[in-house]
Amino acid sequence: MKSSVIIFPGSNCDRDMDVALKKFGFKNKMVWHNDNVIPKSDLVVLPGGFSYGDYLRCGSIAAKSNIINSVIEFANKGGLVIGICNGFQILIETGLVTGALLRNKYLKFICKNIFVKANKTHNKYFNKIKKDILELHIAHNDGNYFCSQDDLKSMQDNDQIAVRYCDSNGEISENSNPNGSIQNIAGVFNEKKNILGMMPHPERVIDNCLSSNDGSYFFENLLSNMK
Amino acid sequence: MKIKVIVTPKNGVLDPQGKAIQQTLNSMNFIDVSEVRQGKYFEIETDLKDEKDAKKNVEDMCKKLLANLVIEDYKIL
Repeated sequence: MKSSVIIFPGSNCDRDMDVALKKFGFKNKMVWHNDNVIPKSDLVVLPGGFSYGDYLRCGSIAAKSNIINSVIEFANKGGLVIGICNGFQILIETGLVTGALLRNKYLKFICKNIFVKANKTHNKYFNKIKKDILELHIAHNDGNYFCSQDDLKSMQDNDQIAVRYCDSNGEISENSNPNGSIQNIAGVFNEKKNILGMMPHPERVIDNCLSSNDGSYFFENLLSNMK
Repeated sequence: MKIKVIVTPKNGVLDPQGKAIQQTLNSMNFIDVSEVRQGKYFEIETDLKDEKDAKKNVEDMCKKLLANLVIEDYKIL
């Protein structure tokens, strides 16, 4: 399986993602934002970081970069696209996924492990993961997910809420909401569920020598669905 | 010609920075302050000569880049 990770000026999780994808068997290529064409890929990843220094709004400048048109074209043809953290913010700014990411509720940059529950129905990202509660990592200043009530309802009806923050027992509540996101939303799909945007970083927790190994389930599951 | 634009968070959208500013003002004894909304201000220098054309162009910029219409409103001054 072939993957491409797009590098923007200010991306800083691009190489972590490269390491993770290769570890689980992807043939990964790094693609510069100024290129116009994505190499032949089965998966495109927009990595975390601070593209363009978060100027204007996080992800807004990267969403207008040269490579984005071919990312949109790839996504519209049903190609798998993941945006992690700043990559999620970029997906939001391109309009490929619904909503907005506001400043964290308590105005703090949050960098810690959190627990999430993933939506396993009708998607290739989480469907066969056996574990119900995943321990992943977040590191962001603007991860407070927001959308209109109408959009929220239509996403709920269509099973587009991908990941929600919970506690270690799987309880989804205000106490397990790190950043003020509505409905504890940590990630969403587009309507067809080929695009996933989420704040937590699976690529940071892919080995037992790290603080968690739960990111491994994400990559293993994704790859198993692509073979 | 210079066109000025203000972008503000929409009503109902949480504005944690505005809230923090309000609380600080209250703690500085500006007790009358009940709400602060923080926005952005742009000055756009354009080569267009016609004000109507220039404002129409800036409106397009607001929709495409300067504001995120999911969470923000814009006003061309």
